[in-house]
Amino acid sequence: MRALLWQALALIGLLAGLLWLVHNTQVNMAARGIQSGWDFLGQTAGFDIGEQLIAFDAGDSLARAFLVGLLNTLRVALLGILLCTLLGTLVGLGRLSHNWLLRALCRAYVELFRNVPLLVQLLVWYLLLVEYLPDSAAAWSWRDALFLSKAGLAFPTLVTGAGGWNDWSAWHWQLPALQDFGIEGGGALSPEFIAVTLGLSCYTAAFVAEVVRAGLRSVPHGQIEAAQSVGLSRRQTLRLVTGPLALRVILPPLTNQYLNLTKNSSLAVAIGYPDLVSIANTTLNQTGRAVECIAVIMLVYLALSLLTAALMAVFNRRVALKER
Amino acid sequence: MAVWPMIPARAAPVRQDSWLAWVRRELFGGWLNALTTLALLAWAVSALPGLADWTLWQAVWRPDADACQAARGSGACWGVIAEKQRLILLGRYPTPEHWRPVLASGLLLALVVASGLRRCWNRWLLPAWLLVWAAFFALMAGGFAGLAPVPTERWGGLPLTLMLATLSILLACPLAVLLALGRRSRLPAIRVLCACYVELVRGVPLISVLFMASFLFPLFLPAGTTPDVLLRVLLGIALFAAAYLAETVRAGLQSVPAGQVDAAASIGLGWWQTQRLVVLPQALGAVVPGLMNSFISIFKDSSLITIVSLYELTGSLGLALSGDPVWRPYMIEGYCFITAIYFVVCAAMSRYSLWVERQQAHALTR
Amino acid sequence: MKPIRLSILALALAGITSAHAGKTLDTIKQRDQIAVGVSTGVPGFSAADSQGRWTGLDVDIGKAVAAALLGDANKVKWVPLASQQRFTALQSGEVDVLSRNTTVTLTRDASMGLAFTAIAFYDGQGFMVPAKSKVKSAKQLKGATVCVQSGTTSEKNLADFSRTYKLNLKPVVFDKFDAANAAYFAGRCQVYTTDTSGLASVRAKDAKDPKEHLILPELISKEPLGPLVRRGDDEWLAIVRWVVNGLLEAEENGITQANVDQLKADSTDPVVGRLLGKTEDTGKLLGLDRDWLARAIKAVGNYGEIYERNVGEKTPVGLARGKNRLWTDGGLHYALPLR
Repeated sequence: MRALLWQALALIGLLAGLLWLVHNTQVNMAARGIQSGWDFLGQTAGFDIGEQLIAFDAGDSLARAFLVGLLNTLRVALLGILLCTLLGTLVGLGRLSHNWLLRALCRAYVELFRNVPLLVQLLVWYLLLVEYLPDSAAAWSWRDALFLSKAGLAFPTLVTGAGGWNDWSAWHWQLPALQDFGIEGGGALSPEFIAVTLGLSCYTAAFVAEVVRAGLRSVPHGQIEAAQSVGLSRRQTLRLVTGPLALRVILPPLTNQYLNLTKNSSLAVAIGYPDLVSIANTTLNQTGRAVECIAVIMLVYLALSLLTAALMAVFNRRVALKER
Repeated sequence: MAVWPMIPARAAPVRQDSWLAWVRRELFGGWLNALTTLALLAWAVSALPGLADWTLWQAVWRPDADACQAARGSGACWGVIAEKQRLILLGRYPTPEHWRPVLASGLLLALVVASGLRRCWNRWLLPAWLLVWAAFFALMAGGFAGLAPVPTERWGGLPLTLMLATLSILLACPLAVLLALGRRSRLPAIRVLCACYVELVRGVPLISVLFMASFLFPLFLPAGTTPDVLLRVLLGIALFAAAYLAETVRAGLQSVPAGQVDAAASIGLGWWQTQRLVVLPQALGAVVPGLMNSFISIFKDSSLITIVSLYELTGSLGLALSGDPVWRPYMIEGYCFITAIYFVVCAAMSRYSLWVERQQAHALTR
Repeated sequence: MKPIRLSILALALAGITSAHAGKTLDTIKQRDQIAVGVSTGVPGFSAADSQGRWTGLDVDIGKAVAAALLGDANKVKWVPLASQQRFTALQSGEVDVLSRNTTVTLTRDASMGLAFTAIAFYDGQGFMVPAKSKVKSAKQLKGATVCVQSGTTSEKNLADFSRTYKLNLKPVVFDKFDAANAAYFAGRCQVYTTDTSGLASVRAKDAKDPKEHLILPELISKEPLGPLVRRGDDEWLAIVRWVVNGLLEAEENGITQANVDQLKADSTDPVVGRLLGKTEDTGKLLGLDRDWLARAIKAVGNYGEIYERNVGEKTPVGLARGKNRLWTDGGLHYALPLR
């Protein structure tokens, strides 16, 4: 009985608190003439976005601008997850190597990248890329196909010819070339994108390395000895025995790190990479709709987090030990 | 009786603990090992002298802009730190009053270090905390006893970082314990509420919480109240940190055997007494490494308030150097400086966490 | 830390006092201080030196309003606001007036709960390029990367200009003014765009050698800059509007900081007499006393003096009066008559 009373009180208290906040917000917004509602998403954006995976023009709607931002965030997140897993696994294995120098080096890497805030790391990467890379006119080139300069990394792309998608013979490489204002043609990775991806990957790789190391060390030594007694080499032991057993221990914290990386990609707003938070920030300033824009940011990231958690839960269940 | 022939003397066993044996084992153990060592040594020989040259031998230590310009490219300009250290460390605090933030942060640091030492865990600790916080805000804000008043937008640099990190941890901890207990509660409504809060807050990035604190909190409150921006940001970080800490505390609560609760019930302790006297001490003790990890994260996350234009350590570096065309080229050296500060503090915290773990291991094996 | 300000007293005052009183005015009078939102450091418009003293054109307007309303140009709290916070700070009541080289546009006047008072500076958006790039006109910028600050009218105007002339300009958007500057001077982008006054100010402050940077002649937009207040506070709006107009009228009639006292005592010109409160009390209609404009002029001078002191040709910013001359000299400033 008392339990019901406590719960009822808690619910009523929370509801009252929320209603008070909502009422205040409405009163304040009415008093200041701030409009609310989601119709602003249909308005013309009026601004360009520097990096776009889908075609976007200043005449398109704000909803499309948010979509471009979301795709940019996903681009950074997916590439970052891939790189950090590779780098983190290598560093984690390096920390368990038999060579003292390698162990010390990997330990220094982990300690350095874990103990410095991510924002500082991103700013340093961006500073290094923008200050110390050459101008477009003097770009470092490799065989006239790849160009590295302050404007980013330009690479050749495959484009369709005059016949459209179906005309296979007309597909050709479009090489980047130096024009009046920098390098035109081909695809390019901007220095903002490179800085964010490298910064996020190196930072998260330090944490992934520790997760991998903990996972590998959690495998009972008896298993390794048994594998050796059966005649498996060290590499085979790692691949067939230690790996699968360690994977079950590694997966949950690894998921956590992937989620952290996705959320940390929101820091790209400090560098000038047009991800979702940056576009929402711009929209907030241009239209004044603070509540809606911040709500969009939170909802999208919440959806991404829940989606990743659900995917990993499915994967986890599939690799979990099936007790007999 | 027969005389048994003596077998020839065998060589003495090789010492495993001499440094030569160590080198052979660790650096040249197998062919792959030896190859790795040689590759790393080759890389070190090619890169390290250049690095030492840039960092030490050809670096300019005096705050001399011309010397720095002359050494550009070949030597670091550590003089930029000598020139701008006050601006980087203390932000825009008025220059004649610089002794106040220095004293305030010194007191705060001393108290934090003292709270970590077992010798200081007595009943004077809590009053000491209250006293030091009062002294901190009194010194920073001023406005009485002859101290010139300094508005909060002039606060910046290291004192702001320390204050935000420490105060948000202190505010987040009680809330985290309540959330963790609530999530394990038998009452379904409270369980759902706490779970929703924790999952919601953990799913969004800290930047969005800071934007909300900066832009939306004034809208949520009755017309006319305008809480200080520092207070809003502090509240935002505390609410965010509480969700992460709550998960760690919950893991600790799950590790306490159910028998403990039964035993407490059998001697007549109520629910709150059980939690306070039996469950929480064991739970929190079990997850000290996780808690310290979260504390380190919160300290690093305090750098994010730069994005909402509060000038803590990262922001004050930008403020000091980006507006000054003479010293702006040496921003890398400035970043090395603040990296070193962050590294020292975070590494100290993780060393402390390891020490606590070892103390606990001692305690459990007695 | 500042205590949380409860304005119950202000609300009560609003209830019992006459129709002239507005909430902001009451809060200001009760606090005896105006909170003015300024930028985080644009030389010539609002910048603080290392001692914390603020100078600039926007700053002088704030001081003039304080002198007119509260009697002392120093009764001002300067609140530096980054571009992204400026409107919410005004909307939420953190500042009373935003004097922050902000462009007056339809969106800002109509849909954000704000109201513009008067135009203090007629400007336009322009481009700055390094002199060595040999670009002489904005129409030659095909395919260039442009550093711009997020959330400003500059961003939208850039997109419009790019579309109109099919230049395919690639924006690199930063949320902080300093970050955009730093990227341009580091060479990340080939062009920098903002209001021309901002370009001059940035060139004076941040360029190692100002002669190495060229501001292109084209102005791609109209950027009238002026103070903003919250909608619904008509009395406060009137005070700010008429202080700015008063400073312009003072220049039209030859009243300067040096001669204001003498003119107040001796002048026989009826316009001057009305402005300075000698023959008529215009202040009563605004809720001020009769010396309001005289005090404002004594504190900061007339508009011409403010301009020359902060952004004139003898200052590092070095802007000619140009469009900001009075209408009698062929410029755009046409002060509304104070009578």
